[in-house]
Amino acid sequence: MNNSKVLDFVKKYTMVFVLIAVVAYFYVKTGGGILLPSNISNLISQNAYVFVLATGMLLCILTGGNIDLSAGSVVCFVGAVGATLMQSKGMPAWEAVIAMFVVGTLIGATQAFWIAYVRIPPFIVTLAGMLIFRGLSNVVLDGLTVTIADQTGFVNVFGGGADCYIKDFFGNPGGINVTCILAGILAIVIFVGINVRGRMVRQKKNYEVENFAPWATKLIIISAVIAAFAVRLAQYKGIPNVLLIVVGVIVIYSYITSNTTTGRYFYAVGGNEKATKLSGINTNKVYFLAYTNMGFLAALAGMITIARMTSAQPTYGQNYEMDAIASCFIGGASAYGGIGTVPSVIIGALLMGVINLGMFSMGVDQNMQKVVKGLVLLAAVIFDVVSKRGGKFIAKS
Amino acid sequence: MAKILLEMKSITKTFPGVKALDNVNLQVEEGEIHALVGENGAGKSTLMNVLSGIYPYGSYEGQIFYNGEECHFTNTKDSERKGIVIIHQELALVPYMTIGENMFLGNEQGNPLKINWHDTYGKGDEYLRIVGLSESSRTLIKDIGVGKQQLVEIAKALAKNARLLILDEPTSSLNENESKHLLDLLLKFKEEGLTSIIISHKLNEVSYVADKITVVRDGSTIETLVKGVDDFSEARIIKGMVGRDLSDRFPARESNIGDVCFEVRDWNVYHPLYSERKVVNNVNFYLRRGEVLGISGLNGAGRTELAMSIFGKSYGDKISGTLIKDGKVIKLNTTKDAIKNKIAYVTEDRKGNGLILTNPIKTNTTLSNLKGVSTSGIIDRDKEFSVAVDYKEKLKTKCPTVEQYVGNLSGGNQQKVLLAKWMFADPDILILDEPTRGIDVGAKYEIYCIINQLVEEGKSVIMISSELPELLGMSDRIYVMSEGRFVGELDGEEATQEKIMSLIVNDNTKGE
Repeated sequence: MNNSKVLDFVKKYTMVFVLIAVVAYFYVKTGGGILLPSNISNLISQNAYVFVLATGMLLCILTGGNIDLSAGSVVCFVGAVGATLMQSKGMPAWEAVIAMFVVGTLIGATQAFWIAYVRIPPFIVTLAGMLIFRGLSNVVLDGLTVTIADQTGFVNVFGGGADCYIKDFFGNPGGINVTCILAGILAIVIFVGINVRGRMVRQKKNYEVENFAPWATKLIIISAVIAAFAVRLAQYKGIPNVLLIVVGVIVIYSYITSNTTTGRYFYAVGGNEKATKLSGINTNKVYFLAYTNMGFLAALAGMITIARMTSAQPTYGQNYEMDAIASCFIGGASAYGGIGTVPSVIIGALLMGVINLGMFSMGVDQNMQKVVKGLVLLAAVIFDVVSKRGGKFIAKS
Repeated sequence: MAKILLEMKSITKTFPGVKALDNVNLQVEEGEIHALVGENGAGKSTLMNVLSGIYPYGSYEGQIFYNGEECHFTNTKDSERKGIVIIHQELALVPYMTIGENMFLGNEQGNPLKINWHDTYGKGDEYLRIVGLSESSRTLIKDIGVGKQQLVEIAKALAKNARLLILDEPTSSLNENESKHLLDLLLKFKEEGLTSIIISHKLNEVSYVADKITVVRDGSTIETLVKGVDDFSEARIIKGMVGRDLSDRFPARESNIGDVCFEVRDWNVYHPLYSERKVVNNVNFYLRRGEVLGISGLNGAGRTELAMSIFGKSYGDKISGTLIKDGKVIKLNTTKDAIKNKIAYVTEDRKGNGLILTNPIKTNTTLSNLKGVSTSGIIDRDKEFSVAVDYKEKLKTKCPTVEQYVGNLSGGNQQKVLLAKWMFADPDILILDEPTRGIDVGAKYEIYCIINQLVEEGKSVIMISSELPELLGMSDRIYVMSEGRFVGELDGEEATQEKIMSLIVNDNTKGE
């Protein structure tokens, strides 16, 4: 590798390096506490909603740096509706789940209509949504807390209650969750299998392939991370149910954004809307999809939230949209749209999660935590903007 | 001999890959009106941008002397302080601000903490009277017409105490009366001692108003004609503007022209914002299979607007007329319809309207025909890759891999990616809008070869170009467009630069 290639490599994986550095820092500062099995498990459960919302937010941001401010309020509203249906109206959980998805998607579609077809700026539409659905959550809940009494079923599936882990089919010998280890192995096999097959297909068709050494190194490192992760989880209570949901969302949306025509359109619109229009693509529809989907994923995040809390309250979901937005920008999504991937946004969300967890473990004051997170966000976006300008720090006036 | 107010010596300005100005010299005497003429892209505007500091000192070679001293302008503020004020072709007024606010924008009356509104509107009114406007300076810009806006620009320049006024195509969007008024105003200011440089395509106006005419061609000053000494006729000026040989810059092709495959009838388009302005005026034309059809005209003649309005109504308002393709009337309401009917439009503005600079070559190539590399919405990324590689090799695009971001390519290679994108959409008819703008000679030749290849395959090409030699070298037939209308049709063989220019000039002169 020559110099410029090294530089490209570093640039491409900056946030991964930063994540490693931050983990290392907290590892030292907390005497290894941050990598305790329980903390790893908590990192996932606590941040599940961020992963889900950040994925949806990425699609909005891709269309041109547009954000959805209403996400947190919609999370709260959908949760309120769901909890009320299940608790007060006695609706079966699976029906309530469907109802929540429908409500979330409809809210998304309504906002999306104004944004995509009437072309009201997203900032304003979703600001209105933020107020409206925060208010309506209060109305639905009558300002009170609705507790979900049945702590099995719905609550467990979406990652709440005491028993929200996939049970060990092998009886948990020696405190190690064998199912979790096997799942880890399976994940590695699938991951490596897909990559090896792809490489072979490309070689057979005589397409250009990555050099073997960096390619193999990347596979080994990622496999090792999955393995370490699986071992840590196995040492605790196994795979949190919610991890399956999160992984499902990540895999599906990674695939959509990188392999489907629809996914391609998000990048095209954000990269150059005029060129996209002139290429025969309905750009209104792209905006509509982004914000409708955001409502859908907000509903999912709403379920995760009320399951984890085993209740719905009018204050839930506050600032969730900000966590999602911050994750996207830290993960390298461009503030002007057109750039960003699901995996890198997840890295961004993880980074935020680790910083939270690390500072919490160190006993850093809540308010200082916010300050640090704000600085991290600012630094990440400054880095993005300046590096895109070719390293010139001050913009031309 | 009067005092020399401005002297530009050996100015050379290079853009990446293109030498826009090559050793240019210009002398302007105090109190004269000096005209700069030349074809599009000859370097007139670049020269004026160098003078006014838009291209700062250091970004060009050569010296500028103004009022006897050498000047190093780093921005327009510097040159304005000396009294050099440039009025650009595109008006730079803020529509929702008043005339007065616009006039003193960046030059506010009063102090930074308190704008003096009495002065703003009082002086504003005074300057308006000087340029012959009776409006109040409290009127919003959006409420007055383009002609009056142009006059406001001049008033704004006067408010900056202009000694040397530079006008870039000041009459391009004005009607006859408005133009006449503006030119007479310049003559009046001249009596009062103001020096002006005017850039214009309208040669009749130039010979009416100018004391001296400097001809710019291919980035060099060719000659300066002086009123009363030299011949000031349009024919003489045109000869200066186009006087170069057509050498072997265009590859030969086997012409194999078939039947009429596309027809446009009674095509009318209005401006999307100024709904009373007709941008394309009753245009009729036809296109034959295997033909390269050239459309000539000056900037602002309505060529791009014509092309884009045909391409799925992507420009304009109140579009009317009939499109007939292969004998059938077709309706193209969206760009998608146009692509489905196998019509492609390759934009003149490849960065703004054509390419996604933040995406790789690969994804740009397939964007207008993703169906071609996908099944039920899932992209076959390997197929996409090989398609992009195919086109890269076919068009000889210079890039390390097709994963390269388009923003990092040179202009010529970007143009090839843009062509590849539309060739992959597999059209019968390609409308190429300024296909060689801003790219070097070698890349131009390769683009000509691609065009030849396309028509030899039986496709038809409509080529819009401001470069006359290119149009003459490539076209089987040429339409000449002026002010929204087709004013002439020439056979590729018999067409000459002089014929085209005089068709345009005669049209501009009409009605005066």
